[in-house]
Amino acid sequence: MAYKTIVEDNIDILVAGAGLGGCGAAWEARYWGQNKKIVIAEKANIDRSGAVAQGLYAINCYMGTRFGENNPEDHVRYARIDLMGIVREDLLFDMARHVDSAVHQFEEWGLPIMRNPKTGAYQREGRWQIMIHGESYKPIVAEAAKKSADKVYNRICVTHLLMDESKENRVAGAVGFNVRTGDYHVFKSKTVIVGAGGASNIYKPRSVGEGAGRVWYAPWSSGSAYGLLIGAGAKMTQMENRIVLARFKDGYGPVGAYFLHLKTYTQNCLGEEYESKWWPQLQEMVGKEYLDPEASHRTHRPIPTCLRNHALISEVNAGRGPIHMVTMEAFQDPHLEEIGWHNFLGMTVGQAVLWAATDVDPKYENPELTTSEPYVMGSHATGCGAWCSGPEDVSPPEYFWGYNRMTTVEGLFGAGDAVGGTPHAFSSGSFTEGRLAAKAACKYIDDGKAEGIVVSQQQLEERRKEIYKPLEHYRIYRNEITAGSVNPNYINPRQALDRLQKLMDEYAGGVTVNYMTNEKLLQIGLKKMKILEEDLEKIGAENIHELLRAWEVKHRHLTSEAVMQHTLFRKETRWPGYYYRGDALKVDDKNWHVLTVSRRDPTTGEYTMEKAPCYHIVDTAEESAA
Amino acid sequence: MPTFVYMTRCDGCGHCVDICPSDIMHIDKVTRRAYNIEPNMCWECYSCVKACPHQAIDVRGYADFAPLGHSVRVKRDEEKGVIAWRIKFRNGKKDMDLLAPITTKPWGTCIPQLGDASAPTQEQRDSQLLFNEPKYIRMDEGDIHTLESNGLTMKEGVYY
Repeated sequence: MAYKTIVEDNIDILVAGAGLGGCGAAWEARYWGQNKKIVIAEKANIDRSGAVAQGLYAINCYMGTRFGENNPEDHVRYARIDLMGIVREDLLFDMARHVDSAVHQFEEWGLPIMRNPKTGAYQREGRWQIMIHGESYKPIVAEAAKKSADKVYNRICVTHLLMDESKENRVAGAVGFNVRTGDYHVFKSKTVIVGAGGASNIYKPRSVGEGAGRVWYAPWSSGSAYGLLIGAGAKMTQMENRIVLARFKDGYGPVGAYFLHLKTYTQNCLGEEYESKWWPQLQEMVGKEYLDPEASHRTHRPIPTCLRNHALISEVNAGRGPIHMVTMEAFQDPHLEEIGWHNFLGMTVGQAVLWAATDVDPKYENPELTTSEPYVMGSHATGCGAWCSGPEDVSPPEYFWGYNRMTTVEGLFGAGDAVGGTPHAFSSGSFTEGRLAAKAACKYIDDGKAEGIVVSQQQLEERRKEIYKPLEHYRIYRNEITAGSVNPNYINPRQALDRLQKLMDEYAGGVTVNYMTNEKLLQIGLKKMKILEEDLEKIGAENIHELLRAWEVKHRHLTSEAVMQHTLFRKETRWPGYYYRGDALKVDDKNWHVLTVSRRDPTTGEYTMEKAPCYHIVDTAEESAA
Repeated sequence: MPTFVYMTRCDGCGHCVDICPSDIMHIDKVTRRAYNIEPNMCWECYSCVKACPHQAIDVRGYADFAPLGHSVRVKRDEEKGVIAWRIKFRNGKKDMDLLAPITTKPWGTCIPQLGDASAPTQEQRDSQLLFNEPKYIRMDEGDIHTLESNGLTMKEGVYY
């Protein structure tokens, strides 16, 4: 094929994926590496890419330490209980102690952050959330990244990481293709920071047809954070910890501001409060340590997100759906009504479109809620991602191997969704993780750890061949049939995605089986997943756009297999409301108060699973030091 | 909501193609105008709608759950730093205009060039501090939070 090969050589820091995490990495790298070569490879256009492309109406991770509001350890405790005890507290503490500096810089750059007129502090939506006019959140942050980077390559789909051939398990850059020109792009780099995204669209969505695009997480979040890292043999953690969201029905509009700021609440079809009646039964499943409604009433301690999902799911299954969000009270206040609408326009316009289309005026009608299909990501109320080193002054020995946010592959770092065990980072925390990874990557280079990297022509040629194989495959077999999409030799990317979604839904606890799975189902699912992998070798792409979709589904497949392996390994139901292991329906702290860690051998595809200890931050004195 | 493009307004300039995060706005080879090639991969993010200089792109709610006859239009102005929305209900009973700021500073002028900042010292490199810290991360003039400064330890196990 006539596609050119374009080589960008001598890169110090390659940022693969420039959402909030990648932008933070590129921005900060310039400070610690003023003479270093920093290059960004982004699948879309950096001005509107990643999960924040559409904007945000809140920054969900801000300590307010400056205003005396919270200390980092408070945030650790919050994320810990929300995730049923299983998180990487070293990474959380580290992110939390830096995140405010990112947020204040956003304001300096022009991001409109609302202020509380009485206190002068940022306007709180809840304890951790602050309210912003964030339609241009991403373009503003992208300006900063562009200012720091030597080069920004837009529209590059990064498919693989390059590996050093002189030293085992060391990264050497990345390869991919330009989704417009089709050209093959080679980035030879001393370090790579993966800022790519988590995964939408790996589970069959509730919507059908056109509405399949109305996913909660962006449809372009193709699990590349995991596809790239797993493909390079990096260890992953907590991949079973997928998330299910309780959201406005069909539009998946956010509920955070509604609950926290507008003080709306939920009820069943009879107009009753329903959550509390599910607590006693649920408490038997998870134990009082994780569900203590009285303690939650008295203190700021939240009831974990998954458990609130469980109540909603159970109430609907008991025949008392739909669940409604009671907006009719709050929306009588014109100011709150306006906030309710702005909230959607700032981050989920589709929900506003849906209410306009269905004449739902929340002032006179309480809208319906539902639980979504599951998503795999690492920066919301879930912590999927790579097993990364923490900072040296916080991390215990099992969590530390030299460089903050470095994966188990040398020179390969992560930020945002790519880093595992760090839920509740959200936009600002992901940006902060990028900054931390960038500083560490500069140190890694300055310490001489990236000397003598060798990438052979053979490695580049093999990857090139692999990348274009779907186009070649299509070309060879297309004319065996008259017309149409049914061909005995290949499936197209959409067909592959449909199969993946059905498989994940039915065997790994999707929405049509009420999030239920078990060992037998997962074993069958994994077998089918292997066969899908064989068929993905025979995927056909008609053009460059389909080639993009082909590689996206390959990344989604690697992600999904990891989800299944981890779900099979953890023999308990740690997060009821996210998923259920029907053969182990209780939380089992005796055996499973641990982080799950996996590695997929890049040559054989074999998985090895292990448990890693879960460390908790505890107060040395009785009272927390301020 | 999948986007669509009005034939009489589009001049095929390609701004939407350039910005679409999902790579689904393409130029039709026959009409030489833009269109949405893959509506079921559209997130209704409105990036293309906002980028279109001719207001040629609009959104029609997903066919599987949104009835026809609604409208959510937008105009984004970087120079004025505002975004204006208009929402019209299907039944005509609600017609809202909403205005919000998108930036507080002239576009792109207030971001420092870190390559020109005074170079970090070795001490800073060896510390846990990031650029510009400890500014903004403490209420007092103290240094970065550590386990020690906050009276904490990391302990393995179930209890906390």
